[in-house]
Amino acid sequence: MVKDGDTLTFLIESEKLSGTGVYHVDRTYDDFEWLQQHLFSQEEVSGIQGVIFPPLPVKAQVNASAKVIKQLGILGLGEWRAYCKAMETFVRQIAAHSILGKNNAVEIFLTSSDPPGRQRVRKNIFNRLSQAMEGMRKEGHKDVDEFFQTERDHNLVFTGCAKTAAERFLDVVQTEQKIAVACGHFSTALRLCVEQGEDPDKLDFSKVCVKLSEVFDSIQKNVTSVAENNVSTLGLGLDLESRYQEAEKEMLYRRTCKLVELETTRRNAEKAKPVKKAAMEEVKKAAETEFDHISGVAKEEIARLQAARVKMLQQALVQWCEKQLLTAKESADQFDQHLQAFRGMA
Amino acid sequence: MAASSDRIPPRLPATEEPGAATPDMADGDSYEGEDIFVNNSVPVAVSRGVSQPDNVNEQTPDLFGEEEAGSTTAKSNGVHSDDDNDLFAEARVELNTPGGSAPKEPSSSSGLRPASSFTTSPAALQPTSLEQMEEDEAEDSFDVDVAVTNPEKVGDGMGAYVAYKVSTRTSLAMFRNKTFSVRRRFSDFLGLYEKLSVKQLLHGYIIPPPPEKSVVGMTKVKVGMDDPSSVEFVERRRGALERYLQRVVSHPSLLQDPDVREFLEREELPRAVSTQALSGAGFLKMINKASDAVNKMTIKMNESDTWFEDKFQEMENEEQQLRKLQAVVDSLVNHRKELCGSTAVFAKSMAMLGNSEDNTALSRALSQLAEVEDKMEQLHQEQAASDFFIFAELLADYIRLMGAMRGCFDQRVRAWQRWQESQSTLQKKRESEAKLLWANKPDKLQQAKEEITEWESRVTQYERDFDRIGRTVRKEVLRFEKEKAKDFKSQIMKYLDAMLQSQQRIVKFWEAFLPEAKAIA
Repeated sequence: MVKDGDTLTFLIESEKLSGTGVYHVDRTYDDFEWLQQHLFSQEEVSGIQGVIFPPLPVKAQVNASAKVIKQLGILGLGEWRAYCKAMETFVRQIAAHSILGKNNAVEIFLTSSDPPGRQRVRKNIFNRLSQAMEGMRKEGHKDVDEFFQTERDHNLVFTGCAKTAAERFLDVVQTEQKIAVACGHFSTALRLCVEQGEDPDKLDFSKVCVKLSEVFDSIQKNVTSVAENNVSTLGLGLDLESRYQEAEKEMLYRRTCKLVELETTRRNAEKAKPVKKAAMEEVKKAAETEFDHISGVAKEEIARLQAARVKMLQQALVQWCEKQLLTAKESADQFDQHLQAFRGMA
Repeated sequence: MAASSDRIPPRLPATEEPGAATPDMADGDSYEGEDIFVNNSVPVAVSRGVSQPDNVNEQTPDLFGEEEAGSTTAKSNGVHSDDDNDLFAEARVELNTPGGSAPKEPSSSSGLRPASSFTTSPAALQPTSLEQMEEDEAEDSFDVDVAVTNPEKVGDGMGAYVAYKVSTRTSLAMFRNKTFSVRRRFSDFLGLYEKLSVKQLLHGYIIPPPPEKSVVGMTKVKVGMDDPSSVEFVERRRGALERYLQRVVSHPSLLQDPDVREFLEREELPRAVSTQALSGAGFLKMINKASDAVNKMTIKMNESDTWFEDKFQEMENEEQQLRKLQAVVDSLVNHRKELCGSTAVFAKSMAMLGNSEDNTALSRALSQLAEVEDKMEQLHQEQAASDFFIFAELLADYIRLMGAMRGCFDQRVRAWQRWQESQSTLQKKRESEAKLLWANKPDKLQQAKEEITEWESRVTQYERDFDRIGRTVRKEVLRFEKEKAKDFKSQIMKYLDAMLQSQQRIVKFWEAFLPEAKAIA
């Protein structure tokens, strides 16, 4: 990934499963958005609204505003490494998706040497979603299917938990970073205490200061490692989990909206005057079919998500644990060495 | 003039010795002195170091230079003849006597036979000649171990206080037992400091300063000792008091001071009252006031020995550096505490996540994670305490000690000024004598002559004092630096050890969690 002024450019390397070649392209965030928009606007694919769309991280810039940094959460830390990983995950998820992966746009995105078009895509389902006010009322609409009602309730709770967990973890990491910085200061200040001269006692003290400053350098490295491990494994995991839960929430919401729509058409059909009745029935049937499709896709998506997220979290936890274990062992060794050195100094 | 000035014992203006004062006049004295000493050889206590000197001087002018207190010690309280008592009563106040406590220097002058004789007397305990004392010191055999433990709240409400158990373990014969303990309260420690300062400071010794008073801290404790900040406060204070006492007893001269012994041994100590001056700010003010007074004196000292100037500068720099270090450590400690907090909160959020999780294996793993994080928080808590108690307190101690060192340097300058002033007074007396001679007033003349002799002796005394203080300060500084390096080293090793242990515990936590994480199907 390369920084180019204010924009970040990503280098994407992909290899076709069919083995026909390896592609290298660069894309900016806008390109990712383009891809996403294209996927959203696939109105012709039936049941598309039941798809849980892989979440795209918030747009990041080199000198991002405080608000954006807050939104980015753990992805906004450090040298954008985590952010890159998240973007990569986004692309992978799309490419691997049974429905989404088939879209042309994906191929273009991954292989075309020219950046895909940047034109504003026309109205899509997501535009419809941004009618906030209406949204509030519909969200609580009771479901006809117990599976979905449970899922919605659970999702509501879980989204909150996941978001909180991710935020708290961010706090931990940021505090660890502060500690690392303070250790660095201490180490520097200690080195300033070193005196010149031949006085043996003064030299002794100076040596102590130097050694202690080395100790704190080690401590600083340790804490920095711990923080990095946190970000690259569990941090990313929690962040993804939280964003996916949001994505599922949006999907469920879309379905609920469709349900409301369906119920409306039913009522209309019933109340319709004979003149309009047939037409209304048509509309009703269409709505029913679509709703069923959506529900069908949704069920599959939900099952897929459940399996995927458990796996993802497991991986994250295992990696996290392994990395921290390694770091802890290394640090223990280092401290031991320092301790021996000090003992030798006595 | 007659009697090498040596023989004229130092008379400080302050002390008007009664009868026993005659010893001034050289000759007959030594004899008298010796008598006194023979009396004194009833060993018992290590004397009020300060008091001794006079006697010592009288009889052994040679002793003058650095002669040691081992000698001076001989005095114990009620054991002497009355006039001796008087002498000592007065003498105690005069600090400026040579010999003070143990400047471990082998007597410069040769004929110190008398010295050795009474050096042996005082503490039967240590038939230490100075040389031996020095040797002991070199071997670092501090046979006194002091610990301050068991803080207990006594009483209730605003009159309550915390009593600490002060336990001593020693092989020194000057103590009554090998191990013993007493209960002391904070003001007792301050009282000890005050007594030591009054007596020892003028010798140029660095008196370790006690921890500071804290009205806020104590009020909380008085109200109730339960909340963590009170507990922390008491623990801090306990540690500080312990280090304070350890520094006092590891100072060979201060150890000889009977007040120290009394503090360690005596069952009940009279309440120390004038401890007002010793709050944190008060202490600093006191030191600074002394410095200011010195600076304002009109006769500026021309430093013949650049060592002192250089050292003083070095010390000031070092104090600055220590302060900077202290600030950084403080911020480090705060962040650690913050980490405790955020880890705890994170653990809770993970627990909640685990609870709402359907997948059992995942749920269990998440709950485990929450537990691991809880343990980490515990660890971080201890880490923070460790950072704090070890480093922050260490730095604070040394900053205070450096303040005390500055005090010593100031004492030396004062001694110099006293000397200079006495010289100018002497000059004036001589001038007035000359005038009287000319005016031919025989009776006044006699008085003038007497005064001149008196001042001549003073001049010599002060000069000696100044030299002595200079030497003492030098030694103290060297000793301080050695101790400092040792102290820091040992504290750092403690810290590293603690870090190592906590890392090993962290390793164990992760190793325990790993299988849980892997087991998520």
